[in-house]
Amino acid sequence: MRVSVSWLREYVDLPVDLPTEDLEQALVDLGIEVESVVDLRRTVTGPLVVGEVREIEELTGFKKPIRHCLVDVGTANGTGELQQIVCGARNFAPGDRVVVILPGGVLPGDFTIGARKTYGRMSAGMICSAQELGLGDDHSGIIVLPPDTAARPGDDARPVVGLDDVVVELEITPDRGYALSVRGIARELAYALGLSFRDPGLVPAPAGTDEPAYPVQLRDTVGCDRFATRMVRGVDPTATTPGWMRQRLTVAGIRSISLPVDITNYVMLELGQPMHAFDADRITGPLVVRRAEAGEKVTTLDGVVRALTAEDMVICDAGLPNSLAGEGDGVPISLAAVMGGETSEVVGGTTNVLLEAAHWDPVMVGRTARRHKLFSEAAKRWERGVDPALPLVALQRAVELLTTHGGGEAGAEVLDLDHVRPMRPVTLPADLPSRRIGVDYSPQRVVDLLEQVGCTVIRGGDRLAEDPGTVGTAAGAGDVLTVTPPTWRPDLTDPADLVEEVVRLDGYDRVPSVLPTAPPGRGLTWQQRRRRAVARSLAERGYVEVLGLPFVAPELADQLGLPADDPRRPAVRLANPLSEEEPLLRTTLLGPLLGILKRNLGRGHRDLALYEIGTVFHPRAGVGAPPVMGVDRRPTDAEFAAADAVVPAQPRHVAVVLTGDVDPAGWWGAGRAAGWADAVEAGRAVLAAADLPADRIEVRAAEHAPWHPGRCAALLVDGVVVGHAGELHPTVVAALELPRRTSAMELDLDALPAAPVVSAPTVSGFPPALIDVALVLDDTVPAADVRAALVEGAGELLEHVRLFDVYASESLGAGRRSLAYKLTFRAPDRTLTVEEAVAARDAAVAVATRRFGATLRGA
Amino acid sequence: MRECPYAMSYRNDPYDPKQVALLDPAALAEAVADAEKAFTAATDPDALTALRPAHLGDRSPVSLARREIGALPPAAKSDAGKRVNEARRAIESAYAARAEVLDREQAARVLVEERVDVTLPYDRRPRGARHPLSTLMEQISDLFVGMGYEVAEGPEVELEWTNFDALNIPADHPARGLMDTFHIAPPAGADASGLVLRTHTSPVQARTMLTRKPPIYVVVPGRVYRTDELDATHAPVFHQVEGLVVDRGITMAHLRGTLDHFARAMFGAGAKTRWRPHYFPFTEPSGEFDVWFPEHRDGPRWVEWGGCGMVNPRVLRACGIDPEIYSGFAFGMGIDRTVMFRHGVSDMRDMAEGDVRFTRAFGAGA
Repeated sequence: MRVSVSWLREYVDLPVDLPTEDLEQALVDLGIEVESVVDLRRTVTGPLVVGEVREIEELTGFKKPIRHCLVDVGTANGTGELQQIVCGARNFAPGDRVVVILPGGVLPGDFTIGARKTYGRMSAGMICSAQELGLGDDHSGIIVLPPDTAARPGDDARPVVGLDDVVVELEITPDRGYALSVRGIARELAYALGLSFRDPGLVPAPAGTDEPAYPVQLRDTVGCDRFATRMVRGVDPTATTPGWMRQRLTVAGIRSISLPVDITNYVMLELGQPMHAFDADRITGPLVVRRAEAGEKVTTLDGVVRALTAEDMVICDAGLPNSLAGEGDGVPISLAAVMGGETSEVVGGTTNVLLEAAHWDPVMVGRTARRHKLFSEAAKRWERGVDPALPLVALQRAVELLTTHGGGEAGAEVLDLDHVRPMRPVTLPADLPSRRIGVDYSPQRVVDLLEQVGCTVIRGGDRLAEDPGTVGTAAGAGDVLTVTPPTWRPDLTDPADLVEEVVRLDGYDRVPSVLPTAPPGRGLTWQQRRRRAVARSLAERGYVEVLGLPFVAPELADQLGLPADDPRRPAVRLANPLSEEEPLLRTTLLGPLLGILKRNLGRGHRDLALYEIGTVFHPRAGVGAPPVMGVDRRPTDAEFAAADAVVPAQPRHVAVVLTGDVDPAGWWGAGRAAGWADAVEAGRAVLAAADLPADRIEVRAAEHAPWHPGRCAALLVDGVVVGHAGELHPTVVAALELPRRTSAMELDLDALPAAPVVSAPTVSGFPPALIDVALVLDDTVPAADVRAALVEGAGELLEHVRLFDVYASESLGAGRRSLAYKLTFRAPDRTLTVEEAVAARDAAVAVATRRFGATLRGA
Repeated sequence: MRECPYAMSYRNDPYDPKQVALLDPAALAEAVADAEKAFTAATDPDALTALRPAHLGDRSPVSLARREIGALPPAAKSDAGKRVNEARRAIESAYAARAEVLDREQAARVLVEERVDVTLPYDRRPRGARHPLSTLMEQISDLFVGMGYEVAEGPEVELEWTNFDALNIPADHPARGLMDTFHIAPPAGADASGLVLRTHTSPVQARTMLTRKPPIYVVVPGRVYRTDELDATHAPVFHQVEGLVVDRGITMAHLRGTLDHFARAMFGAGAKTRWRPHYFPFTEPSGEFDVWFPEHRDGPRWVEWGGCGMVNPRVLRACGIDPEIYSGFAFGMGIDRTVMFRHGVSDMRDMAEGDVRFTRAFGAGA
């Protein structure tokens, strides 16, 4: 909301010399965010004065008509002589008073005015247009001051044209609808600065009369609990909106349309009461205020035809026949509370104006505004709460303005259909603010502050009679206040709301700083510690962490080559995705991660290793919507469990992708390209960082999209697959336009068991016996299985086994290879004899031979 | 034949006078001098070693001289033995001295010869890095864990009930409209899914209160979502950390004390905070707080840091905590924003796009 300070001054006596910083601070301290403060007094510097044009000489022979003027600027020029000014505008005559900036002045845009010779004449200064002064867009001519302007030549022109004002732009939080008005902001400033406030909402206004201003049937008092109208007949259709009103509307960002419409908008800004002006001659019958029938339509002021639903409230013209609704229901002519209709709006020739001020259900308005995507100034106010006591005051104000500036005669009849319920009192233990804030407020201070915001406070009220539910029983036998909020504060419903008003007015700065003592905590969980260990391990291995967006395209599943029944195909879908192309949430980290890989490649990086730890989303099959749960009590465990069962499974995964060289070429020699083995190793690194012992981890050949079927490993813990790693499938690489041999690993961190408590090994001081064996066998036998066979056969003396060479040659035969292992044997209690070590080796080899037909190479 | 200075040698006449002559003091002195000269001439340890047999070996003059001693009369033996030993010791020490010099010279030469260019880059293992958003969330979590808080977490696709209703944001509340929410598409045949991508970390407050009993002291780091296109100042996915305390007798002064401590821990002992009233449906009273940031790249200034307030009793009630017995506070701040002003990041896209140049600058994070 943008408002000029001069308007605020009409209701609160702000000090003349109030610095804008103080004004801003006062508003901020009350929780009103100040977006900007523009001091119009500083937009034009130097002498800006009223001048009276004395003589005009038309200069000819130039491309456009030019005038050389002699202007009386009083003694503002220091000499009292007439000022010579050349001017290109023609909308003035001798005797007119204009706005002159003298040499030395600076206009907005850092435009310095001087004295110079132009068009063969002397020109010392400039006669200004509104646009040149930063007062609007009007550059059709210079400003000619109205004849009744009191200012004399040489006077400062700033107050005359509105350049003596300060404009504040405020952000109003949704709980404070009342502050979307000059009335509300002036009230807040009055509290903040300790000034008195003249409430324009409390001025006397004519009450409802028996005879209605216009016949109205109010059929839904839930949607509309107050409806008031007054009639002004014989308004001059040529009357224009006064400049000051237009100026204030412009500041607020509202376009001037016509006098009656401008007045309704002006009153809305001033009091916060949205209004509507009907052309009484364009309505044929009584007005009917009711819910719409589904299928009914109305054309709103913006020219859009709106299809209505049974929740929308409408104002109808009962004189029009309606085929959809019943007899006498009329045809909608206005989308109530949100926007007026085209057929009944005030137009150029309107002379009889029916003014309406009502009070609508905020929830209804909010829904209607959202449904029709019509967030009008009126809807914004209704949704946040409008003072239901305002309609008659607003009508009176509008009638006064209309008859003053447009003539005509106000009818004596006032229609007021009032079903507003009184404000509900709130019971407040007087010590609750102190107990919640930590500042010692006396009961009297609490009462004073609440009365300052307009509440009616009764000390020691009958607490039980009011609402036992909201009584602070923990307060003990202290003072109890019965607080009735003012009509403009529908947000004050709970004791906590009143506590906030107390601390807000007393000042947040007065709240002391006290550090509470938490009970001893248990630190991070093992899962949280593990995630950090995994992240750090990968970073230390050269992987760079990225945080990808989880939005993916439906085509991704095909690009990754996921089979039709793959559990990663069903995906959670967004109802309102940012991009229609990416409406799904990821079921694998690889899609977004590969996208980031490609972005980096596109930026010229070649050797890349990235990782991400994040959630993937798997919808629950066969679940509907969660059960409806209220908020008046805790849901039962069963209720919440039923709701929670609808929430998609969201396991935390870790994934890596790599391409280019993992070990770059350099002066030390050639580089090494990243490949499947690095991806598998990343998986092992994750499991190692998770403190899972090697003997519970298994790596097994697997065929799993999106990996290369011959270069994909399944990673298992305790025999359960927890992830996959390897080189990506060439088809996937092609579909996603990735570099050849791009490799990846993805693992479900949530599927990993907790790390066991390590039992310490017995460290033997006896010497080891080292024996190498080279086994020749089919190259289809996985090395992991051979190793397992050796370990099994070697028995307890085996301390360590390490594969140190893999060798294939024609001499071994096609499809055969040699695996060379270094076996380390050691006994806990003695030095092994050669015979013992050899026997253990033979036992190891025997299992490999029996199981895979392995032969000892060279034997 | 040279004259023997020793009278007793005359009694050795039956022996080879040539051999006996080796015991001659002059001959011994000459042997010592020869050895010293030869050793000095040797220029490396190997050449010196090669000289050893000639001067100290079995056939060297001093060794041969020792053999002659046996031929001397007993009275002369001791004297001659002493002379030979002295000569030998002199040669040994000359050898050792030279050896030490040559060894030292060689060691020095090796060090020179083995010199390398230590400025050659050896960046064989490319540097990895952690994302600054992750490390900052951990840093903040650690700070609160150190105070006795625990780290609570919750799902990113969340029930509307926990994201909104339980937090006193009913379906038609304008505040719901202010949070540009991603809604999850309804399952076939249903009107609504009842699910959203959480718009803030606050639903974890509700989950925490539903599953734990007070006293509750938790900090909640996490990813949140709003329907904002990615640009310099907005992102559809961003990060928050919030804190929740529910205990007996908790006041707004405790909230302020916690924020002050937090600011000092993050920005140094001189950090200042200020706050002002604001509105959040789930807290009442509510506030926004700023921190004074002297190192801001556009000059020292107050920076909007986060929102806070006393937990609305309605929220406590919906989560099964008796607001007559317990009160609480909550606060939260944008992590992306904090990284931006703390590290002078001017464009949010740098944090979301995953360019390795950006992230590598932050290293593995502490």
